[in-house]
Amino acid sequence: MAFLWLLIWEVRSPSLHPCSYGSTLRYKGVERMKPVGKHSLIGASGELSDFQEILRYLDELMLYDNLWDNGNSLGPKEVHNYLTRVMYNRRNQFNPLWNSLVLGGVKNGQKYLGTVNMIGVHYEDNHVATGFGNHLARPILRDEWHENLSFEDGVKLLEKCMRVLLYRDRSAVNKLQATNITEEGVTISQPYALKTSWNLAAFKNPTVGAEGSW
Amino acid sequence: MSSIGTGYDLSVTTFSPDGRVFQIEYAAKAVDNSGTVVGIKCKDGVVLGVEKLIASKMMLPGSNRRIHAVHRHSGMAVAGLAADGRQIVARAKSEATNYESVYGEPIPVKELADRVASYVHLCTLYWWLRPFGCGVILGGYDRDGPQLYMVEPSGVSHRYFGTSIGKGRQAAKTEIEKLKLSEMTCRQGVIEVAKIIYGVHDEAKDKAFELEMSWVCDESNRQHQKVPDDLLEEAKAAAKAALEEMDAD
Repeated sequence: MAFLWLLIWEVRSPSLHPCSYGSTLRYKGVERMKPVGKHSLIGASGELSDFQEILRYLDELMLYDNLWDNGNSLGPKEVHNYLTRVMYNRRNQFNPLWNSLVLGGVKNGQKYLGTVNMIGVHYEDNHVATGFGNHLARPILRDEWHENLSFEDGVKLLEKCMRVLLYRDRSAVNKLQATNITEEGVTISQPYALKTSWNLAAFKNPTVGAEGSW
Repeated sequence: MSSIGTGYDLSVTTFSPDGRVFQIEYAAKAVDNSGTVVGIKCKDGVVLGVEKLIASKMMLPGSNRRIHAVHRHSGMAVAGLAADGRQIVARAKSEATNYESVYGEPIPVKELADRVASYVHLCTLYWWLRPFGCGVILGGYDRDGPQLYMVEPSGVSHRYFGTSIGKGRQAAKTEIEKLKLSEMTCRQGVIEVAKIIYGVHDEAKDKAFELEMSWVCDESNRQHQKVPDDLLEEAKAAAKAALEEMDAD
């Protein structure tokens, strides 16, 4: 889980979660963020195979759009709306795509950031998250996000949130990517790790003072 | 060349005594009466060009596209009845996306040409369907390199270095044969196609026309797209200059 998006130029950090195999954190190198067309980027948490299917739908959508060859192209708002329709329809058929999606992009100077989940709940905001991110990261973002964040400050803010998630989420892995979407295009960074410090006294002798321990 | 097929030309399921199916030949006439369409295969790609005869001054330039993208790597230029052509393009698009979803790779151009030809041929087999009144030049770039195919209303399809259909096809073919296509890049090919189309345009019979061109080449990243505006303008200018030179002789 834990996808975080920030609306500045659109920075986003992907999740700290590998693709699990049951409760084994099996595939740590899978990328869960992909560019969509010229203007947008999608990130997903949840079932990877369903995300792959969504990518196929989007590929078909983008191909159809490109074949018009008329200088127009689908922007993030349109793609978000399309995904909302797909997710909500599947939920109504009791056959959901088990994902929480985050969709952001910039088109004609307009920034857009939205999210949709497996039951079709969708909204747009200045910062969105999936899974645990909603509980741990968004309060931080509510306090510290403001309109004029620079890209570097945005990354720092996101890393602060990701660090909290890394410390608190038992299934998180220290590997993340940041992406930047501007009018010119999408850049996804190479995976990197956050610096963490586990030198806390409480971790040295974890059972000291616990009930029933000695 | 053509003979009246009295009695044997009422249905596409009727042969004449000399073994011709007249309805298909009449369909080909619809193609012959339309604006010239030219396609050439250069060493790094395919260039398609269409002489779009403008029916009315009220039409917006750039509308009524005659060249359609079929998939990312291929496109189709249509001559003849435009509505029939749209149907063929729609079918080709559907074949291409279906192939990709089944086999996981973009449809090879040869396969696409085969499927389009089969579809066009299908409509020559039943009395309750009429043949398509349009011919199609299909250009694409797959892992075997750039390829150019033409599909006629009879359903035959051949692979070409260069070909043309429509009004000025004979003159255009003569001009294409003069070109050294294997040494030409698509940039040069665009200029040559423009010259050919301007050259075969009959000023007396048809008034205005609009030149529409597209390419699939290394420069366009093996994607089918309209020729970029600046190159198109350059090609038009070169073609007009070549015409003036010819007139001056």
